[in-house]
Amino acid sequence: MPFQRMGKMTKHEKAAKLFRHASRRLLFLFCLGIGGALLSATLVRFAPGYGVQERELDPRWSVQSVEALRQKQALHEGLLLFYIHYISALAHGDLGESDSLKRPVRELLRQRFPVTSNSVVRGLGVAWLAAALLASLGLGSRGWLYEASGTAFSSLLLSLPSAVIAMLAVHLRTPVFCAISVVVFPRLHRYIRSLLVGSYDQPHVLAARARGLGSGAIFWRHVLPVAAPPLLALLGVSFAIAFGAAIPIEALCDSPGLGQLAWQAALSRDLPLIVNVTLVVCLVMLAANSLADLAGRAFAGSTQ
Amino acid sequence: MSPLQKVAAIILCLILVLMVLATILVPAPYARQFRDVPNGGPSTAHPLGTDALGRDSLSRLLYGTRVSLLLAPAAALLSTVIGALLGSAAGFLGGWFERIVLAVTDLSLALPWLFLLLTVRAMLPLDVPPMVSVIIAFLMMGLLGWQASVRVICAAARGIRDSDYLLLARSSGCKPARLLLRHVAPNLRPLFYMQFWISIPLFILTEANLSILGLGVMEPMPSWGNLLRGFEDFSALAANPLRLVPLILLVIVVMCFQFVLPSQEVTQ
Repeated sequence: MPFQRMGKMTKHEKAAKLFRHASRRLLFLFCLGIGGALLSATLVRFAPGYGVQERELDPRWSVQSVEALRQKQALHEGLLLFYIHYISALAHGDLGESDSLKRPVRELLRQRFPVTSNSVVRGLGVAWLAAALLASLGLGSRGWLYEASGTAFSSLLLSLPSAVIAMLAVHLRTPVFCAISVVVFPRLHRYIRSLLVGSYDQPHVLAARARGLGSGAIFWRHVLPVAAPPLLALLGVSFAIAFGAAIPIEALCDSPGLGQLAWQAALSRDLPLIVNVTLVVCLVMLAANSLADLAGRAFAGSTQ
Repeated sequence: MSPLQKVAAIILCLILVLMVLATILVPAPYARQFRDVPNGGPSTAHPLGTDALGRDSLSRLLYGTRVSLLLAPAAALLSTVIGALLGSAAGFLGGWFERIVLAVTDLSLALPWLFLLLTVRAMLPLDVPPMVSVIIAFLMMGLLGWQASVRVICAAARGIRDSDYLLLARSSGCKPARLLLRHVAPNLRPLFYMQFWISIPLFILTEANLSILGLGVMEPMPSWGNLLRGFEDFSALAANPLRLVPLILLVIVVMCFQFVLPSQEVTQ
């Protein structure tokens, strides 16, 4: 009985610890959002050409319209006022207007984000499946030929710039997600393989094998619980790799996603757009990493 | 050193020699145009042919190799110095400083690197002379690429902080600055070298990506990234397959760096 109580207490403690960790992460994300917003505001405010309204020179604009523009601009002249306006607008979901496309950044993000997230999720799905399958197959046959060919193949893919993979995708007319999966695959394959090899070499797995357990049972009961937390962490990291690869791939494959938007914004030096796109991507990445971290901790807690 | 590592090291040395001898080996200056032979095939005058503007491809490749192979190690050196300073100070001092440095590092690592580079590049003028674009690319990569080094060096410095010999040095009245310079840094030196070598292929690939996107080294200065931009024209590539040489060279160099240090993880 005392042992049972102790076990229950431990579970509660684990849950409380996980909850505390999740709360800290959430608070960190919130602070980061505020910090990121302030940094974005600073970059936009001190960007060359800030406050210059080309529309004032347009003869088609009436005197009243030009005056209204100037009054709107005057509202943002003071630095403190600018920050307050920027943060309050951000709190209402207003991310400003793109200088080059003359459209609200929020609208652009709403249009482009689903395209990129769709490509990234599908690309990651294919890359994870291929990497996990090849790594598992490699465990069955640990011959030098397989090892050498696997290393050479993943090294070759790692040595190709993602922009070159994008050009090949254009030439072969493959979808964007295929190019993303080709960029992500070698990194996943290397890591998953070394992780699984390390897990299989554990003494408890050797003991299980010596007792005559089947390979399926060994994998599910003894290898996966050890490998799952780092694999979940890798899932978070792979999102960052895939989003990074999306820039050259979308730019060269002419896919209207966030990557292409960021590239166009950089080429036209559209700071309000590029800064806000980066802020949103940063927050998405951190949320994905936090979720992966929490899932890994929860999994590790449940299997201990 | 394994045989594979030896072969990789020899290949790298050969390419470095080619890079050094570029001025002697080139048939023509890299920006000189031969207007009568645009998109020309291989010939005795132009062994790798000419590009769409009639410039000699071999000259551009040799000079491009020089630019890329000077730019990447220079950026790697800068990022390693920043990583070494921040990482060893954070690991050695600990406390709030370490937490802040690691939080900033985690934040930077969570962000896709190309987004960060694009944001910084957008703040700088695009219409700049080629040499200035090389300096901008070098500074951007060097100043923004230190995060992975900081994590590794900080973890190692933390281990040294709790070591017996440092406790002994501290008890004999050694000042923190002397501890850091005379006892911590020399023990971290192999790690600094390792981080430097690991960063080089990463920066080579980043330069290639940036230049292909038109945000890296500007024309007419050649670099591997600039030369790879020609791949968009597949008909010219099919007419002269020797145009693949810059890509093959880039892949060989990056693979050689990977094989020289087999335990590394190259991330873009």
